[in-house]
Amino acid sequence: MDLKAAIAAVRFGQGRRPGDPIPADPVAWLDSQLDPALPGPALPEDLPRDLPAIYRAFAEDTERLRAGGQGRPNQGLIVRTEMLAALTLEITANQGFRERLVAFWANHFAVARARVPYLAGHYTREAIRPHVAGRFEDMLLAVVRHPAMLAYLDNTGSVGPNSPAGQRGRRGLNENLAREVLELHTVTPASGYGQADVRAFAEVLTGWGVEGAREPFGFAFRPNAHEPGEKTVLGRTFPPGEQGGIEALRFLAHHDSTYRHLATKLVRHFVADEPPPEAVATIHGVLRDTRGDLGAATRALVRLDAAWDPPLAKFRAPYDYIVAVMRALEAPAEASDRAFGGLQYLGQPLWNPAAPIGFPDTARDWAAPEAMVRRIEWSNGIATRGAGRDAAAVAEAVLGPLCRPETLRAAARAGSARDALTLVLTSPEFHRR
Amino acid sequence: MSAHLPAFGRRTALLGLAAALTLPRARVAFADAPGEARFAVVLLRGGLDGLFAVQPYGEADFRELRGALALPEPGQEGGLLDLGGRFGLHPRLTQIHAMYAANEALPVHAVAGNWRSRSHFMAQDLLEAGADHLMSSGWLNRALSALPARAGAQPTGLSVGTDLPLMMRGPTRVGTYAPRGGGTPAPDLLARIAELNAGDPVSGPAITEGLQARGYAVTALGAEAAARPQPGGAFRALAIAAGRLLAQPDGPRVAAFELNGWDTHSAQVNRLNAPLFQLDEGLGALKEALGEHWRRTAVLVVTEFGRTVRVNGTGGTDHGTGGVAFVLGGAVAGGKVGGDWPGLAQGRLFENRDLAPTTDLRSLAKGLLRDHLGLPAQAVARAFPGSEAAAPTGSLVRA
Repeated sequence: MDLKAAIAAVRFGQGRRPGDPIPADPVAWLDSQLDPALPGPALPEDLPRDLPAIYRAFAEDTERLRAGGQGRPNQGLIVRTEMLAALTLEITANQGFRERLVAFWANHFAVARARVPYLAGHYTREAIRPHVAGRFEDMLLAVVRHPAMLAYLDNTGSVGPNSPAGQRGRRGLNENLAREVLELHTVTPASGYGQADVRAFAEVLTGWGVEGAREPFGFAFRPNAHEPGEKTVLGRTFPPGEQGGIEALRFLAHHDSTYRHLATKLVRHFVADEPPPEAVATIHGVLRDTRGDLGAATRALVRLDAAWDPPLAKFRAPYDYIVAVMRALEAPAEASDRAFGGLQYLGQPLWNPAAPIGFPDTARDWAAPEAMVRRIEWSNGIATRGAGRDAAAVAEAVLGPLCRPETLRAAARAGSARDALTLVLTSPEFHRR
Repeated sequence: MSAHLPAFGRRTALLGLAAALTLPRARVAFADAPGEARFAVVLLRGGLDGLFAVQPYGEADFRELRGALALPEPGQEGGLLDLGGRFGLHPRLTQIHAMYAANEALPVHAVAGNWRSRSHFMAQDLLEAGADHLMSSGWLNRALSALPARAGAQPTGLSVGTDLPLMMRGPTRVGTYAPRGGGTPAPDLLARIAELNAGDPVSGPAITEGLQARGYAVTALGAEAAARPQPGGAFRALAIAAGRLLAQPDGPRVAAFELNGWDTHSAQVNRLNAPLFQLDEGLGALKEALGEHWRRTAVLVVTEFGRTVRVNGTGGTDHGTGGVAFVLGGAVAGGKVGGDWPGLAQGRLFENRDLAPTTDLRSLAKGLLRDHLGLPAQAVARAFPGSEAAAPTGSLVRA
């Protein structure tokens, strides 16, 4: 396997399964994974998967509780099935770059699965996945209009003080969504926005709510809760009504600070913890010139020299690590719950970051001493699943030229075949991408 | 991981048991009905240093040859557990020592396979194949084919643990059972992982610090003893599962499981503390789980080779030849150290580095297959093809 093919799979993808074909043209292989027609997670026929079905399942659970039942069985089924399906796709399919992008953007627009269990899977599938190689403004709109985000960041209860509902006096403005969209999702404090902008934007977004009790399920604009009048955010004025919100979001999507922010995050994810300024400038330029075409930006990322050299410059977060190990051991779909359990144990529970900023993306955050020992324990447990596999063959098939001779020597000298495999899976090159 | 066998305590049809009771009694007055003997094989991967587990403290050259690996004599602080004046058990092997006192443990010294390989992978494969060439089946699986099937019962053979070792693979169907939890790697493996990562500026310091926080010494010479071994480890869970399942009337009769962590090229005095403790704890748990069936149980504990007599430059030992095996159980004629001790004198060592092997491991296994499980001669020969030169060891089990 040549070095470039190995790096493509490991840096950009999620690691190789030993049987994966070796791409003759790694860059073309990566480009091909931007195809919107690539499949998403496979869900069972009878799983509630669109918003009407999900809200009906929610209503059923609620009814059951009212009637004296225990627990929310539909909730458990939905959230578990969606998570395992997503993990299965990453562990078994050969579109690791596509899946990495989905995970990146789902983390950028993080919601906490524990807060929105019925919706987290739908959110990732419908608001994130279709747009990872599309236009940023489309993703932003899909995200801010999705019930998961509106619920997670408390916008469903936000009421304009001068709206009909506000004047009845019981509820008021909630700035959470507006603040996080400005701070984390788009322009960031570097754009110089102040508290007045946060408040104004929160007013813009009043009335952006959710219909969960009847058709049409999903986003619903509530004029009753909407703050009347024009609002000015970052120097631009927006009309009242739902349209004002759409325009404001498009404005933020195309703000130069947003392009810069996205470029920085992308370069941090694919190049180095300290994003090299030239690389950031290149991607920033592409986003600006294409008005936020994520497909173009991604293709430009793949063509950055810095993204290929030096190899293994990024440290694998638990999510990267666990998926890479499961792929290396050719785990079947049924093993996805081991991945789920591992993510809990290693401190990166799937779709459940502690805060809207999502999970961090630097070595410093993930290479804590206890976390590394847990990684070793987890791999050692999983290595039994690789019984009969030759560690050297796995290293060759999965790392190729990225595997150091010292690692192969350590594996050859191990006390048992299983120990040899554990050594490969906990070698420095396996902790990196 | 899911269990492949029914929950403990559930009783299936007793047809098999009833049939066994109507068979004529064996010639010897107090022998059990055939098919009631229990047999367990414990595989120690990595090459247990037999001279460290069962120390010939009465041997003249012992202390000089073994340096720091020669522990204090019985009766002294941190001393060996006496086995009758010439040999002593490592102090962590307290349960084995208790079995020895009850004449239920037979350490056998200077054993080895009939092949010579210092590669773990090759030696383990040959040990498990039961031949001097690689085979796709293991000796225990082939032996199982000669044991009578019991109608309505579980498969006679059982592999406990997530791996199915070569020893248990072959034409005979065996049961498998894997208790939850893979467990922490043995100290030796952790040290190697730390060493492998030592040059990485991120993973290196993090792993070293993480292991130190957990109480492991990861320096090559292991300055102070490793953390007090934690009771209740994964091996104990395997042993309890094996014992309980073997105790079921319709359960298996032959079980195999394993324990890693014996390949101590460095800091051996520290790194073998936990594995020896876990082995001992597990064997004690196996005895307890077997309950009344312990008296008809034999356990064979084997490793692929012993280690060098002399200590190397990093406080450890390298791959050797003659090692130790244990035969334990209520059915075993124990209370002495078996085998034919060749001594450690100059000229008596194998290739001037290893304990010379004087008993073929196959002989021990064959003796148990014949006398404990009652396998006829052809079945024993099929388990160990080409082993005519290795006569089955007699007198391993009580009459």
